[in-house]
Amino acid sequence: MKISYYPGCTLKYKAKNLETAALASLDTLGIEVEEMDRWNCCGAVFSLANDDLIHMVGPVRNLVRAKEQGADAIVTLCSMCYNTLARANMLMKNDPEKRDTINRFMDDEIDYFGDVEVHHFLSLVKDKVGWQALSKKVKTPLTGVKIASYYGCTLQRPSEVGIEPMGSFTLMNELFEALGAEAVPFSAADKCCGSYQVICEEEGDNTAAATVLNAASTSGAETLVTSCPLCEFNLGKQQEALKVKGKITENVPTLYFTQLLAIALGVTEEQCGFELNDAQVTQFLESKKLLVAA
Amino acid sequence: MCQTDSTKPEFKVATGDRAILPEGAKTIPIYVMGKKYDVPETLTIMKAMEFAGFQFLRGAGCRGGICGACPTVYRMAGDYKLHYGLACQTVVEADMYLAQIPFFPANRASYSIDEMSAAADAIHALYPEVFRCVACNLCTKACPMDVKVMDYIAAIKQGQIEKAARISFDCIQCGLCASRCMGEIPQYHVAQLARRVFARYIQPQAEHLKKRAEDIEAGKYDQILDDLCGMDKDNLEKLYVNDREREPDMAEPGSWQPQDTKYL
Repeated sequence: MKISYYPGCTLKYKAKNLETAALASLDTLGIEVEEMDRWNCCGAVFSLANDDLIHMVGPVRNLVRAKEQGADAIVTLCSMCYNTLARANMLMKNDPEKRDTINRFMDDEIDYFGDVEVHHFLSLVKDKVGWQALSKKVKTPLTGVKIASYYGCTLQRPSEVGIEPMGSFTLMNELFEALGAEAVPFSAADKCCGSYQVICEEEGDNTAAATVLNAASTSGAETLVTSCPLCEFNLGKQQEALKVKGKITENVPTLYFTQLLAIALGVTEEQCGFELNDAQVTQFLESKKLLVAA
Repeated sequence: MCQTDSTKPEFKVATGDRAILPEGAKTIPIYVMGKKYDVPETLTIMKAMEFAGFQFLRGAGCRGGICGACPTVYRMAGDYKLHYGLACQTVVEADMYLAQIPFFPANRASYSIDEMSAAADAIHALYPEVFRCVACNLCTKACPMDVKVMDYIAAIKQGQIEKAARISFDCIQCGLCASRCMGEIPQYHVAQLARRVFARYIQPQAEHLKKRAEDIEAGKYDQILDDLCGMDKDNLEKLYVNDREREPDMAEPGSWQPQDTKYL
């Protein structure tokens, strides 16, 4: 089975650390994916209007590109890319009328019928490696690290494309347990981070983000882990602003799940890109003796 | 753009903008701005329009398919599809409906290249409309140079300036992409900025070029240029034809030097 890797815009720019840590981890695990050379924006937000088919063109075109490459499946890292690609794919598979309209409009491409599978990286690692085998490949166990697995909105909603049933967080929890860490019960795992609301709010006013971060502190987590650059921005990079406005009192170092995977697999620090995370991250990793001098 | 030329040439001389037709050339109907003209087949759109009496004051430039002044939109009778081409390169076909788009009023941002940086943020701030792209690909379909326009807009959104610069390299700034964009993105201006940022901040600078520019500024070539300018026709001809030293064809790079090497 040939798997195309779809990066997503932010992973080439502001969230390079989500990608570099993941690709280095795949190398270590011996999973082969082929990065797509031609791709466009995933659509970012799935349009819910019934007749807004033009916003399906972006995600569908990416699926067409994967098919052109001869891929059977596409794998992606960003929660939002996963969501738009999976939902557009579902539409192309299940709605013949809309599929026809979209295929006719995209007369410069091959016809597409929803036949490329869309996977999230978390499911891929579980299916291709499995937690037991993964735990055997760990070089730097994350022993004693208390993690809040944060799924946000788009990994589980709607249930038809969710990477696992709503309210269940076993994929991330089991991943971190396989890496030697402790996944703490976390009541805000599927609460919204504030999403694009930050654009119209004053800095530090993001109550949604504060709710998630405060819940993480209460749960006893030392770090919050996400798979979405927008969540990382709202929860990680905005912590100082939230503190100034008195919305949170404690910092919660925020990482991408791929970075913890990479650390545990012994990937070099440069490939983890910690300098792109919020300021507390390096300090936290040092305190846990997870940054071993190479 | 176009003017009807009432003065017919008295005798036929082939020039860049005037065709000499073979005896008994077959004519075909074309429609310029909705009006029918019978023009000889095998002509380019530009020459066919000139044959029909139009004179290009704007909308024509190099006539060699590279300046981007003569973008044309056309449709074939009986078909809804729009086609795109350069008037100086595309050969007329029967029942073409033609419109020239010599200029498109696309937004062009002001900036000082020396005050920018290699970060894509600066391009995004100058052209935030790139994020209105919905990947419809009409820009790519409209490009007469077969540039993958949508792909370089995608690359710019991804912050991949070098990728955008390379994909857009063949752009001739005709503006047809922008004329078709539902997001009102001025693709060709954004691409030009990406290439400028790439050249100024990302691509390694050519040291030898810097040195040569310094030599020129220091006056190293002033004297021989003055000598050449002051030379009479006979001496110029002698220098160019008889005394000319010339690198042999297919010479290995670096294997040949002129006798006098002081200007190298």
